[in-house]
Amino acid sequence: MLELRNVSLNFNGGDGAGIEVLRGVNLQLERGKLYAITGPNGGGKTSLAKVVMGIYTPSQGQVLLDGEDITGLSISERARRGIAYAFQHPPRFKGLTVADIMKIARPDLDSVHMRGYLRDVGLCPEDYLERDLGPGLSGGEIKRIEVAQLLARDAEVTIFDEPEAGVDLWTIQKLLAIIVKRYKGNRQGLAVIITHNEQFLPACDEIILIDEGTVQGQGPAQMMWPLLRDDIVCKQRAQCVGIGGRIDGI
Amino acid sequence: MAFSKLEQDLLAAVADLHALPSGAFNIRKDGEAVERQSSPNIDIVPKTDRPGIDIVVRPGTRGEAVHVPVILTRSGLRDLVYNTFIIGEDSDVLVVAGCGIHNQGSAQSQHDGVHEIIVKQGARLRYVEKHYGQGSPEGRRVLNPNTVVTVEQGAWAEMEMVQVKGVDDTTRNTTAYVYEGGSLKIIERLLTHGTQQAVSAVEIHLVGRDSSGQVLSRSVAQDSSHQEFRAVLVGKERSVGHVECDSIIMGDARIRSVPELIAESGEAVLTHEAAIGRIAGEQLIKLMTLGLGEAEAVETILSRFLR
Ligand SMILES: Nc1ncnc2c1ncn2[C@@H]1O[C@H](COP(=O)(O)OP(=O)(O)OP(=O)(O)O)[C@@H](O)[C@H]1O
Ligand SMILES: [Mg+2]
Repeated sequence: MLELRNVSLNFNGGDGAGIEVLRGVNLQLERGKLYAITGPNGGGKTSLAKVVMGIYTPSQGQVLLDGEDITGLSISERARRGIAYAFQHPPRFKGLTVADIMKIARPDLDSVHMRGYLRDVGLCPEDYLERDLGPGLSGGEIKRIEVAQLLARDAEVTIFDEPEAGVDLWTIQKLLAIIVKRYKGNRQGLAVIITHNEQFLPACDEIILIDEGTVQGQGPAQMMWPLLRDDIVCKQRAQCVGIGGRIDGI
Repeated sequence: MAFSKLEQDLLAAVADLHALPSGAFNIRKDGEAVERQSSPNIDIVPKTDRPGIDIVVRPGTRGEAVHVPVILTRSGLRDLVYNTFIIGEDSDVLVVAGCGIHNQGSAQSQHDGVHEIIVKQGARLRYVEKHYGQGSPEGRRVLNPNTVVTVEQGAWAEMEMVQVKGVDDTTRNTTAYVYEGGSLKIIERLLTHGTQQAVSAVEIHLVGRDSSGQVLSRSVAQDSSHQEFRAVLVGKERSVGHVECDSIIMGDARIRSVPELIAESGEAVLTHEAAIGRIAGEQLIKLMTLGLGEAEAVETILSRFLR
């Protein structure tokens, strides 16, 4: 189980003033479940994921994995403990091929499985394995390769950051099916999808709404989704469902 | 003759040689040729007026390779050699050159190579030259190659020049002339560290109609090493040329990158891109999220960048 206890995150503003990006976030995520995190742009979703991965150090609070405080662990150590994150905006690398990065993500990966993961994200392995992760790939291609790495990692805690962004509709459908099949009810681990997508949101077990650096609502998807749907500004809906309130057990 | 373990290591490092090759070769050690073999299609002939050899590939020779590595193992030696490569019409060959210096003493060891390469009409040449040095920290290792390349009508040449370890000082001058329909691509890979210095000046003259030239340089400068690149493209006729210099800078290193384009014809299309930058923090973080330690992540980025 992954737990965040009273996590806050500050960045230094240009004028020396601190910007509070996360404010006292409390979350408990259970094994076997598929979670969606959604909310307006700039609300703090990516920052939250980066705190879990160890990329950002919280100014206050703890991150716990199966009850153990991992707040002091480095990124690499967390990766080895089974936390995996697919970036919203993955960096590019000159000279590193798709096959190289898949091997780094999963050193014992054989070629059959490597090809399988690329097909899962809608890429033809023959066309991509030797491609450079440099400027020659499109944004959508880079994104899919990022997701393929995460699938290959087969981690205990898996966090996708907007896997659908820039990816075509056909691939999204397939990807969703793969993620649902793999993580829903799978007690080996848990998965989180940060998403704005209206197919992903209802397909998850729970939806967590984040805005202004706090959890504005959390509940089963079948209850949260109707509240969020048809709503242009999530923020307004968040106010309707009660700011800061955890809506479960309804 | 039998090579010592040290000599074998040098030969493996610069020419990927683990045994005497089956085709034509010439192995030069400490200023003299110690092993030489011609093949039915590739003649290796010592020059009579000065040190060096002529490598003559017969027209139409295809799929053959010739190895001409140089190794220096005596401290304080200064070796000067003149080599001429004539790649016959319509042939298609690989030339593996390269120089390895082992300097265990405190005097400077130096190899100056003057090369002339003529790729005859319709021929294809792949040329690989690796530089490598090892030994004591006091013994300087210096390599200064001067190369003039002629790519004749409809010929094609790709030259790859690699220096990734142990050379203290290098000044490389490469001048090329590309004739009608000819094509030349020069690939450079360079890593300097400590207080090493490297200067590379490439000049490609696109003299023939529809000729093309490319310079692709990737380098890493670590510690307080210095690098300087000059790449000049001269388009005298309807031609296409491109220069790309991409460097990763680390520590207190310094890099100077000077691309120059000279169009002497309205139909010349010449472009350049040059970039110098540190390893991006987000690249390191990304590799660390996949489980690599920081040092491992740096090593991975550098080795793939230079591949
Ligand atoms: N490294 C940083 N330095 C300074 N401010 C940052 C940094 N990273 C994020 N922020 C700020 O934190 C806030 C939350 O950003 P975050 O990326 O977490 O939002 P998000 O919910 O993922 O948004 P989106 O839906 O657009 O991806 C934003 O105001 C952003 O500008
Ligand atoms: Mg985000």
